[in-house]
Amino acid sequence: MPDSSATGLHAEAHDPALLHHFAEPQQQRDAASLGMWVFLATEVMFFGGLFLAYLVYRLKYFGDFGAASKTLDVRLGATNTAVLICSSLTVVLAVWAAQTARRTLLIGSLGLTMILGLVFLGIKGVEYNDKFVEHHVPGASFSFEKVPIPGHPRQYSDPRHAQLFFSLYFVMTGLHALHMIIGLGIFLWLLTMAWKGRFTPEWHTPVEIGGLYWHFVDIIWIYLFPLLYLIDRHP
Amino acid sequence: MPTPMPQPDGRENYLNKHYGVWSWLLTTDHKRIALLYLISITFFFFIGGFFALLIRLELLTPAGDLVQADTYNKLFSMHGIVMIFFFLVPSIPAVLGNFLVPLMIGAKDLAFPRINLLSWYLYIIGGALMVHCMLTGGVDTGWTFYAPFSTNFSNTKVVEAGIAVFIAGFSSILTGLNFVVTIHRMRAPGMTWSRLPLFIWAHYATSIIQLLGTPVLAITLTLVAAERALHLGIFDPKLGGDPILFQHLFWFYSHPAVYIMILPAMGVVTEIIACFSRKRIFGYSFVAFSSIAIAVFGFLVWAHHMFVAGTSVYAALVFSLLSYAVAVPSAIKVFNWTATLYKGSIHYDAPMLYAFGFLGLFTIGGLTGLFLAALGIDVHVTDTYFVVAHFHYIMVGGAVMGYLGGMHFWWPKISGKLYPEGWARLAALIVFIGFNLTFFPQFLLGYLGMPRRYYDYSHMPEFQVLNVLSTAGATVLGVGYLLPMIYFLWSMRYGKPASDNPWNAAGLEWQTASPPTTFNFEQEPVVTWEAYNYDELDAPHNDAPHSEEVPVAR
Repeated sequence: MPDSSATGLHAEAHDPALLHHFAEPQQQRDAASLGMWVFLATEVMFFGGLFLAYLVYRLKYFGDFGAASKTLDVRLGATNTAVLICSSLTVVLAVWAAQTARRTLLIGSLGLTMILGLVFLGIKGVEYNDKFVEHHVPGASFSFEKVPIPGHPRQYSDPRHAQLFFSLYFVMTGLHALHMIIGLGIFLWLLTMAWKGRFTPEWHTPVEIGGLYWHFVDIIWIYLFPLLYLIDRHP
Repeated sequence: MPTPMPQPDGRENYLNKHYGVWSWLLTTDHKRIALLYLISITFFFFIGGFFALLIRLELLTPAGDLVQADTYNKLFSMHGIVMIFFFLVPSIPAVLGNFLVPLMIGAKDLAFPRINLLSWYLYIIGGALMVHCMLTGGVDTGWTFYAPFSTNFSNTKVVEAGIAVFIAGFSSILTGLNFVVTIHRMRAPGMTWSRLPLFIWAHYATSIIQLLGTPVLAITLTLVAAERALHLGIFDPKLGGDPILFQHLFWFYSHPAVYIMILPAMGVVTEIIACFSRKRIFGYSFVAFSSIAIAVFGFLVWAHHMFVAGTSVYAALVFSLLSYAVAVPSAIKVFNWTATLYKGSIHYDAPMLYAFGFLGLFTIGGLTGLFLAALGIDVHVTDTYFVVAHFHYIMVGGAVMGYLGGMHFWWPKISGKLYPEGWARLAALIVFIGFNLTFFPQFLLGYLGMPRRYYDYSHMPEFQVLNVLSTAGATVLGVGYLLPMIYFLWSMRYGKPASDNPWNAAGLEWQTASPPTTFNFEQEPVVTWEAYNYDELDAPHNDAPHSEEVPVAR
């Protein structure tokens, strides 16, 4: 910023993290936190459109979706679910560490969160590769065997409708993975800040709202996992 | 008449505090960002207007003689996209809202000044992409991007236009986010919710729609782009997809988007009517909560755009009923404005002329909206000029009148200068006459059966008289829009300096300097009075609490 007097801080401000237009740190924290919650509401609506499309076609092509869902690797999906739940735990630890000024724990938790995020993306990449090999990627080379629809032995799944399932699968998990990548970017920045010792029990808002974002991305997966992997599994 | 400054002075303000291009391009001052937006949306307004001019010229004669059919499709598509996403949606919120929300609630800035600047840059990136799209071939899907035409058949730059709208939408989301957090967290001491100006309530409701509607448009456009690039089949009936799903998703945003455009104009008009009637607004809480009600009901009526798209008759009945319901809060506002005027001490200054224009035109637009909410009439006039006339009465007659009224009302605060009142009243009159001459004939055309989006009506030459009237009106309207731009620019150099409160209006924004200093107030204001306390302001021995600002530490 070229003109710190217009954009930066009041001369008499005490707390270097307190921006000029806030009266007190509490107001600034509340604003940041509310801002992230409001942003997450927009994210719910963004994914909401996809969940609506899923709902429409799941009801329309009930059996085909079941048959297509069965070709996903539920073990990899379940592992990824576990990985993300663990990462939510490490995020909570990071926030607690920031609140209680435990710098080593903070850096460790942030780093571990990032590692878990990368593991998730790696497993996702393996799954994508499997789908590619099996010709389950929508497009010209898509192929899907006509398998009997569960519970309807004389009806066979329609490859076009199975392709619709995989279209939604790739769009939904792809946008989720994009959010994970953005989350990793945010956490890399948090890690750098933590390394420099910028976070104090008085000011660690970025850890809190970055954590909120991470939890949100986890929750999206918690809905994606059963809808995509578990709809036609029976003991 | 507005009161000029007794003598000009050289006080420091947000305009003269810093000089140079970078002091503007890197500013985080909400007032300067508002001016950046003002310049950018004016640019797009005239681009959109240029397309409208070409459309009207083509329709001057029944034969398709000025442009070819494909060109005409692109003209109305880009007119719609530019006017809606790059002018109307950001118009009042991003210019007047940006400037006034912190001033009206007694804050130093919006809650997130840097995000505010980011939203302008996103708008510019989206706009630049749209300009590139227009210069390299354009798009011909209509502003509605209907599938499967947009996904499978159109050979124009659908993806690029979609990305441009997506980015502009993100900018709109960030503006809404900033307003919601600012209104919740940044109000001055004593500025309770029931003391907020109704302009703020209107912007709060608008922000809710921006936040909850725009992401749905974003995912819809993402799916259209993915569909074009990868042939996913989600909207393609050949692959089992459903194009009607596209319409549901699209209108879930695009119907509430109408309220993104009209609610801020309603907020502006409320401020103007209270000031120039010298009265407290009638039924404050009804006007406030009708804004929220419009935002909520607005989300429940989208399928009335789809009555002829094969929706079930039961769904159509419910959506028809709900569309009538959304008229109730709008009517509440009109009645309260009228009741405020009643026995008021009415002044016919330029902003008030625009507000009167808004009242009449919005009422006509709203009532014809009820015609369209009725299933039988809707089937008769769907995709005719009746619909075109209806939504132009709301968006141009309503939203643009509100925008111009607001620009005149707050121009002394924004620029510190007075515009020439005589010219301003003349322009208001020209806009009103030009508008009605343009769009009233279109109601008749539509009712007689002229379809929208046709460039050639040579089989129906009897429509020409009404089309000539409309084109003539559009010319008058164009003059009416150019005039304010000219005299606003003129006034910045030659206008008389404005006093801090040239209209003797209520509201915190009038209690600070014109133009305000960078941090808006010398000392943080403490509010001890209700909004619109014109009876106190106009009392013979006026030493109302307004004139003092009590310094306190919180």
